[in-house]
Amino acid sequence: MSDDLARDLGLFRVLEDDGSARKDRPAVPTAILLRGYREMRRLRLIDAKMILLQRQGRVGFYGACTGQEAVPIATGLVLGEHDWVFPALREQSVMLVRGFSLVQFVAQVYGNAGDVQKGRQMPSHHSGRTVNQVSWSSCIGPQVPQAVGAAWAMKLRKDPNRPVSIGFLGDGATSQPDFHSAMTFAGLYKVPAVIVCQNNHWSISVPTHKQTASKTIAVKGRAYGVPSVRVDGNDLLAMYTVLSEATQRARDGHGPTFVEALTYRIGAHSTSDDPTRYRSEDEVEAWRKKDPLDRLRKHLVHLGLVDDASDAALEAELTDAINAAVKKVEELPLPDRDTLFDDVYAELPWNLREQREELRASPKAPAHGA
Amino acid sequence: MRTLRYREALREAMIEEMERDDRVFLMGEEVGHYQGAYKVSEGMLEKFGERRVIDTPIAESGFAGIGVGAAMVGLRPIIEFMTWNFSAVAFDQILNSAAKIRQMSGGQFSCPIVFRGPNASAKQVGSQHSHAMEHFYAHVPGLKVLAPSFPADVKGLMKAAIRDDNPVLFMESETLYSVKGEVPDNLEPMEIGKANVVREGTDCTIVTYSRMTHVSLEVAEELAKEGISVEVVDLRSLRPLDEETVIRSVKKTHRCVVVHEGWPYGGVGAEVSDRVQRLAFDYLDAPILRVTNLDVPMPYNAKLEQHVMPNKERVLATVKRAVSRGRS
Repeated sequence: MSDDLARDLGLFRVLEDDGSARKDRPAVPTAILLRGYREMRRLRLIDAKMILLQRQGRVGFYGACTGQEAVPIATGLVLGEHDWVFPALREQSVMLVRGFSLVQFVAQVYGNAGDVQKGRQMPSHHSGRTVNQVSWSSCIGPQVPQAVGAAWAMKLRKDPNRPVSIGFLGDGATSQPDFHSAMTFAGLYKVPAVIVCQNNHWSISVPTHKQTASKTIAVKGRAYGVPSVRVDGNDLLAMYTVLSEATQRARDGHGPTFVEALTYRIGAHSTSDDPTRYRSEDEVEAWRKKDPLDRLRKHLVHLGLVDDASDAALEAELTDAINAAVKKVEELPLPDRDTLFDDVYAELPWNLREQREELRASPKAPAHGA
Repeated sequence: MRTLRYREALREAMIEEMERDDRVFLMGEEVGHYQGAYKVSEGMLEKFGERRVIDTPIAESGFAGIGVGAAMVGLRPIIEFMTWNFSAVAFDQILNSAAKIRQMSGGQFSCPIVFRGPNASAKQVGSQHSHAMEHFYAHVPGLKVLAPSFPADVKGLMKAAIRDDNPVLFMESETLYSVKGEVPDNLEPMEIGKANVVREGTDCTIVTYSRMTHVSLEVAEELAKEGISVEVVDLRSLRPLDEETVIRSVKKTHRCVVVHEGWPYGGVGAEVSDRVQRLAFDYLDAPILRVTNLDVPMPYNAKLEQHVMPNKERVLATVKRAVSRGRS
């Protein structure tokens, strides 16, 4: 990466516009490329399906990742089984790449009996203990010091698996005090953490240039003594390379890295948002031309790994799996209302036991169909 | 049995638990080289080293978040706030993360963490350093909130707090750190959620905690000379609240006065009042009265400050008011 300008002011890329990969970059294994392509395609289809279900009133809320898939998918490909993820709004799919079941993933969007979070969290706030991924904190930012705290714990325990903790935030969240605290602690304690900012150019309706006067977001890392790199977030190969290097640095005890992934939110902030009110279609169109999935596909075609026929087969297979998962989840019952009182504390306190008895004696809510 | 100061008992609890469990560490501003702003952690850095007694930058929301993250992956942090007032900038980490991680994740993750530090008024430290923060936190399901008054309780409850699998908020008091009391040898962790009748009486129950337990005991002593027998219930734990002990006492004395620092609107006193009127209505011979801070931000001036805090005179007058009511 040394051939770039300062890493926090330049832009690290691997994929060229013609679909070739720069020869001066480390080669990404073919198996990773194919897996990444498959996962990015799957994510795009999942997002489209969930938005459709929301429009049909079958799902309450959804925050899609369309146009930003390379970041979470590269993350999932890089991480090992002992690593921890503290996501923001658009990294739920890291769980899927790391083996979380699609049916359980969809069940979290529905919040029904198949949901390991027992219907307590909004959609796009997924978590899974089996893949060491916690739920996003809606307040914007608090997950970043937590990611650093987890990394601090890993260092303190001298964990022989040499795990890494990775925390995400958006461009807007870099204005939050929690980002600055996290960077302060990460730099000082030299923890095995990677902090990734997905700069998708918009915090709902506020563009990044109204969020900060800083030339880049990555350059903010300098002030905290955290090595930082600005990378093309729509380039799966670049993301994979940068995150591989950053996680390896962390595992080797060399401390944290801050990554600014330059990308673009093609869709709305969430299903509660209408982006046509604050940004031009021209701008969106310009970014569509840099679509991460299209760029990866061009590369794979260039390598002779993908063609129209293989794409059609892949799309049919993934669509079938998603539809099957939705069907399975929609057949599941609602969470039992008795579960309302579970997990507030490690044990059930007497006052919640009393409330549970009161609730049992009261009529069932209409949603429960009685 | 030994006589220890409140701060020594607290320190002993932390040291014993850190010796017992290497997942426990202490983190906060000035806890290491400076030995704690109130010398609570004296000697602990020498004993455990910089990896387990950690001086932090001045960033409460930051180190609260560090603690929450560390707890989620299996450590047992003790996070010291130099005072609970400063926890205001870390409120989000406590309210939205520590208190909710277990519930939000369907029990997949937990947050076994202790937040501790001095709470409520000290002496002439103005409005921003005098908050009784327990009222804010006791509102939140998922948290446990403790406010012990005596060295033995502070030791037994801190040991319990560290071993608890839930986030526990531990409210100390700058004015109590030097208070002495007997502490049993080899004290085991105490059960969280148990109030203590620290003085028995028959005419009126005072329900209180922390610094105001000591004020209430002085009042009880004074009133005894006038033939008024006051029972003092030291709550020790504000969430969970030991309703049973409070109700048993009020059923005996038929009168209830709640004494605490902090403002009268809502809060622990209002909570206790609700339970007493609801569960002991037929036993009450007088309205439940509360003695709290006046409903104003704390002034700096020493004289004015004394008026705002619940002082001995005000508690005494209030108990007399309760006792005189309904007496033929």
